[in-house]
Amino acid sequence: MDTSKQKKFLDLIASDARFREEELAVMLGESVDEIKKTIAELEEKHVICGYHTLIDWDKVHDEDVTAMVELRVMPQGGDGYEQLAEKIAGYPQVDTLYLMSGTYDFLVTVHGRSIKEVALFVNGKLATIDEVQSTTTHFTLTKYKELGQNLQSFKTDARMLMTP
Amino acid sequence: MKNRISNKVAALKPSGIRKFFDLARQIPGVVSLGVGEPDFDTPWHIREEGIKALQQGKTFYTANAGLDELRKAIADYTKRKIGVEYDPKTEVYVTVGGSEAIDGAMRVILDPGDEVVYTEPCFVSYMPCIALADGVPVPIRLKNENKFKLTPEELEAAITPKTKALMISFPNNPTGAVMTKEDLEKLVPIIEKHDLLVVSDEIYSELTYNGLVHTSIASLPGMRERTIVINGFSKAFAMTGWRMGYATGPADIVKQMIKVHQFAIMCAPTVSQYAAVEAMQNGEEDVRNMRESYDQRRRYLLNEFEKMGLPCFEPEGAFYMFPDIREFGMTSEEFATELLKSEKLAVVPGDAFGESGEGFIRISYAYSLKELREAIRRLGAFVEKLRSEKE
Repeated sequence: MDTSKQKKFLDLIASDARFREEELAVMLGESVDEIKKTIAELEEKHVICGYHTLIDWDKVHDEDVTAMVELRVMPQGGDGYEQLAEKIAGYPQVDTLYLMSGTYDFLVTVHGRSIKEVALFVNGKLATIDEVQSTTTHFTLTKYKELGQNLQSFKTDARMLMTP
Repeated sequence: MKNRISNKVAALKPSGIRKFFDLARQIPGVVSLGVGEPDFDTPWHIREEGIKALQQGKTFYTANAGLDELRKAIADYTKRKIGVEYDPKTEVYVTVGGSEAIDGAMRVILDPGDEVVYTEPCFVSYMPCIALADGVPVPIRLKNENKFKLTPEELEAAITPKTKALMISFPNNPTGAVMTKEDLEKLVPIIEKHDLLVVSDEIYSELTYNGLVHTSIASLPGMRERTIVINGFSKAFAMTGWRMGYATGPADIVKQMIKVHQFAIMCAPTVSQYAAVEAMQNGEEDVRNMRESYDQRRRYLLNEFEKMGLPCFEPEGAFYMFPDIREFGMTSEEFATELLKSEKLAVVPGDAFGESGEGFIRISYAYSLKELREAIRRLGAFVEKLRSEKE
C-alpha cells in the first residue's frame, strides 16, 4: 500500500475502528489480503497502538474525576526526561503524559474515583519524585470534545427526508 | 374569478418527489437515501465568515451581480478549475443557488416556441424552467447502456430548426454519469453546425472519482462564447442552505441575466456571499476530504449492489447511484413505495427525474457509512423477498 493510501486507511480506522477488513478493502480499492497485511505491519511498527473505545465515563459513574496536572521538573543527566517519563507513565492512574514547551515540562492526565484520591496521588506519588519541583492540578469539570467527537451535543440529521 | 391560475403554470406537474416525501415522513423509523444534499456540515471556517459578516452588520444589499470580491474569487476559481477565463465585472454573477441561474438562463435566451434540447434523467427543474420561459422542452432520453452519457447521434436526432439551446448537466443528478473531455468533444461539431447555445449545469463539478478531472464544455475550442456555465457552492462546499450559486458566460448574455436577476431577486443574500468568498479562497482541502469520503461510500455501495446482484453502472460523479430494478417487473414508483412500506427505506423513484428514469431508483450516498450499512441491509432484505416471491 503506498503512503497516500496508507494515510487514507489510517484516517478511516482512526474515525471508526470497527470497520470490517472487507469494507476497508472495498472503500480503498485494495484487496482484503492487502488490508490484513497493512494492519499487521502497522501494528508491528506500533503505528497502530491500540483499538480503544471512546467512552464518556461521566455517564457511567459520575463521581469519577480526571485532572490535568502540570509538572515542573529538573531532570538529571542526558536522558533525564525519558527516565522520568517512564517512571510517571508507569502509574495506572496516568492516562496521558506529554512533554510540553512553555512554562512547565510535563502535562499529565490523571483519573481517580474522587477529587481526594487524585489529589492524594499527585501529592503522594508525583510531587515526591526527586526531580519534580512543583505541581499544579486542574480538575476537569465537563468534557466537551474528545478524539474529535463532541460529547455533549449530538448531531442529528437536520435534512429533509427527500430532496431533488 | 375564473382562471385565477395561468394555464402555463397550472399545466406544470408538481415534482414527483414531493408526493413521496409526504408518504415517507409519516413512517416512523424510516431510513432515507433520498436526500440530494451533502451530509457534511458547512466547514467551520466558512460558517465563521458568515457569523463575522453578521456581527459586523454586513446586512445590506450588495451590488446586483454580487460582491466584487466574490465575483473575482469565482473568476479565479473557474480559471483554476476549468481553465476558462471570465471577466469578473461583466461575465460572472452571483445567484440564489444554481436553481436561480437555470431559470435566469432560460428567461434570457428563449423566445416563445424556441426549443431546448436537454438530457434526461435530470434534475427536476430543467423542464419547468424551460416551459415557464415559453420554451419547448425537448428531452433526450439517455440510456443505461451508454452509461447515461449523451452521444452525438442522440443529440443530432433531437435537433430541429427551432432548437435554440442544449442543456446538459454532468456530473449528473440522478445518475452519477460523467462526460469526459473526449465525450464532450464529439458534441462540439453538432453544436456549431446548428449554431446552438449551451447551458451547462456543473453544480457537481468538484465530485468526480476514479481520478477523473471535470471538464467543462465551455473549455473546448469555440464553446466559451456560446456556453452559460452554472455552478454553485451547495454540493462542493456543503452549503445548500446558504443558497449560493453563480453563472459565468459571454458578457452579452450575462448582462441580460443580471438584468433579470436585478428585477426578480435584487441580490443574493449578503451574509452568504461573505461565507462564499471564504469557501472559494480557503475551501480546497475541505472539498478534497469530502470527495474522498463520498468516493469511499461509492465504492462500498457498488460492491454491495454487486453482491446483491442489482445491476448498476459505475457512476463516476456526484453522490448518486442509479441501480436498475427492471428485473422485478414493477414501476420505479411501485418499487419505491413497496420498499418504503415493507422495509421503511426511502429512495427516490427514477421517473421523478423524467420518463427515462423509469425502471431505476436513485440512491444518494450523502450518508455516513453506518447509515448506508443499515440501508443496504434493508434493501437487501427487500430484493431477496421480491426474488423469492417470483420463484
